[in-house]
Amino acid sequence: MTTFTPPPLPSDDKRWKIVNGTMRKNGFARHALIETLHTVQSAFGYLDDESIRFVAQSLRVPLSQAYGVVTFYHYFSLKPLGKHTLTICAGTACYIKGADKLLAESELKLGVTQGQTTPDGNVSLMTARCVGACSRAPVVLCDGEVSGEMSREQLIEQLERWTVE
Amino acid sequence: MTLEELELIVRSVRQENAAYDYEVNVCMDLACASQGAEKLRESLVAAGDASDKKIMVRRTGCMGPCSMGPLVRVDPDETLYSHVHASHAERIVQSLGDKPIPDLQCDLNEHFDKQVRVVLENAGYIDPERIDDYIARDGYKALLTALMEMTPYGVVHRITESGLRGRGGGGYPTGLKWGTVAKAGGDTKYVVCNGDEGDPGAFMDRSVMEGDPHRVIEGMAIAGYAVGASKGFIYVRAEYPVAVSRLTTAIREARRRGLLGNNLCGTTFNFDVEIRLGAGAFVCGEETALIASIEGRRGTPKPRPPYPAVSGLWGKPTLINNVETFANIPPIVRNGGKWFASMGSERSKGTKVFALTGKIKNTGLVEVPMGIKLREIIEVIGGGVSEGHTFKAVQTGGPSGGCIPAEMLDLGVSYDALLKVGSIMGSGGMIVMDDTSCMVNVARFFVEFCMTESCGKCIPCRAGTAQMYRLLSRICDGSATMDDLDMLEELCATVKETSLCGLGMTAPNPVLSTLKYFRNEYIEHIVHKRCPAGVCNIHAPAEVLA
Repeated sequence: MTTFTPPPLPSDDKRWKIVNGTMRKNGFARHALIETLHTVQSAFGYLDDESIRFVAQSLRVPLSQAYGVVTFYHYFSLKPLGKHTLTICAGTACYIKGADKLLAESELKLGVTQGQTTPDGNVSLMTARCVGACSRAPVVLCDGEVSGEMSREQLIEQLERWTVE
Repeated sequence: MTLEELELIVRSVRQENAAYDYEVNVCMDLACASQGAEKLRESLVAAGDASDKKIMVRRTGCMGPCSMGPLVRVDPDETLYSHVHASHAERIVQSLGDKPIPDLQCDLNEHFDKQVRVVLENAGYIDPERIDDYIARDGYKALLTALMEMTPYGVVHRITESGLRGRGGGGYPTGLKWGTVAKAGGDTKYVVCNGDEGDPGAFMDRSVMEGDPHRVIEGMAIAGYAVGASKGFIYVRAEYPVAVSRLTTAIREARRRGLLGNNLCGTTFNFDVEIRLGAGAFVCGEETALIASIEGRRGTPKPRPPYPAVSGLWGKPTLINNVETFANIPPIVRNGGKWFASMGSERSKGTKVFALTGKIKNTGLVEVPMGIKLREIIEVIGGGVSEGHTFKAVQTGGPSGGCIPAEMLDLGVSYDALLKVGSIMGSGGMIVMDDTSCMVNVARFFVEFCMTESCGKCIPCRAGTAQMYRLLSRICDGSATMDDLDMLEELCATVKETSLCGLGMTAPNPVLSTLKYFRNEYIEHIVHKRCPAGVCNIHAPAEVLA
């Protein structure tokens, strides 16, 4: 049996060490793929070709499988996010209370559709499959901060504040 | 850790608490936290330090009535204050030992009187990051009792006797499932906790994991002992970062106290728990897909049998239960199966936690005995729909469930009764709709959800949900004909009959149940080109307008 040597880190960016740490903690086992991809995304903000390749090689997972996993799960992003992120919850309670109108309003205001970032890289417009704050629907996350009972006016005000900055 | 040592901790915590005259509990669950509960807590601590009264300020999990948040409960008087702001902190501290503040106090007696708290017994009473708080409320007593005084078979028997059924929605008898895994051969077995609460509009499991994480861990450890597993996994959605951090802390604390790890309580039983993060896929709530995801693969389901109880994680016998199911285990082991079976209806025992949301006055988390009438949940506990509107339907079971109309509100909540009317118990989402909700639009919303969440492995679900969505969109925009409605019904039957897993098999439920009870709304859209609720944007053709 030949011993396996993991590939060298892609660069001396310290974040790769964090990624490597997750894999080491799991003994470079194949089932740690999703865990490792989570670490990459939280360290780098998104997953690019280089990082997927590195993780796949380190865990001895076929590249096709790694790419398959990345594209299967909604949580993983192949594109970097903008400076700010507006996430509109698209759960049932929020929908009943008019989250679709908030989404339409933001798309109009930002000139992008859901899942996209404004051309100047300022705001990304995302939707979430329920963040679990249903009792305060409709819910919007501004840079990860939960705001409940969001009105159209409040939302526009928030977006304008981000554009002014 | 032994039972005696546990008793010592209980005594020392009680002694510690007795040094304070008042306990001020601040709800820090997501809904309250998003309205400044953290700042409120800091102000209360500051005000408490400034005063000469002995006050303990505690952060707790969800207290229930989220629409009243931020909530503060003052003990020992059990005074509940609603809509509390940081600026109220000094007044609250001053009022201690005196009369409660009338303009902040909320009267929710009716709301609480109808509830029975088993799963949520600690919610609002303990700090989720302090294991001692949990132990002081009889925590881990069940695990140690099981280890010291019961055989694994005895534990399974007690669960069977309780009549507990799976709280993830399917309602499979828990005791039977445990028995199957216990009987399966092999040295390696696994216990998996399904915390992938994918139902959009439900948050019971999040509240339990965040507000009382040790209860889930204890339930899993008891399950491990009963079925002969020494390793457990909690699969949590990545959308619940607070739950992940609370569980991580809880596992660390439990290990430190010797309540997880090797040779628990001086016996030969070993058990440890690991957290696995989901990555946003509804289908991973299905058990075989969840297993694939823990193994680091795409979350696609497999045909059953073999069931996970025989061949699950890495091909080993695996016990998979929902968060709420595990949360029911410690009280059952502590109080006996008969005690649990004394609550609820004939074939659905115990209590059920519901996330009450939508167009209703008191939104939040409620726990009710099985068999309670829907009307009581909505009108008494929920306070009814807002003034000037009329109740239209309540949706249970999320994308796999159905809508129950007003004339069926006297239905008692149980697995079988809900199934009979075309819905399911589901994990516990309960979304109330009034006259401003369009039922066709709601059906379309759920089908769109299932369409985007379909994993694509089997054709009925992958292509069927897409075509159902197309037909429903045409009905919503007014371009459909009656032939489209026939085709929709036929398609629903096909998808239901032929899909591989639960996602596809139940995807037509929201359409079928709305067709059953609100068919006139479909006809209005198709024939008269109008949306009775005024939700759908129908561009009426010229001849209708004229």
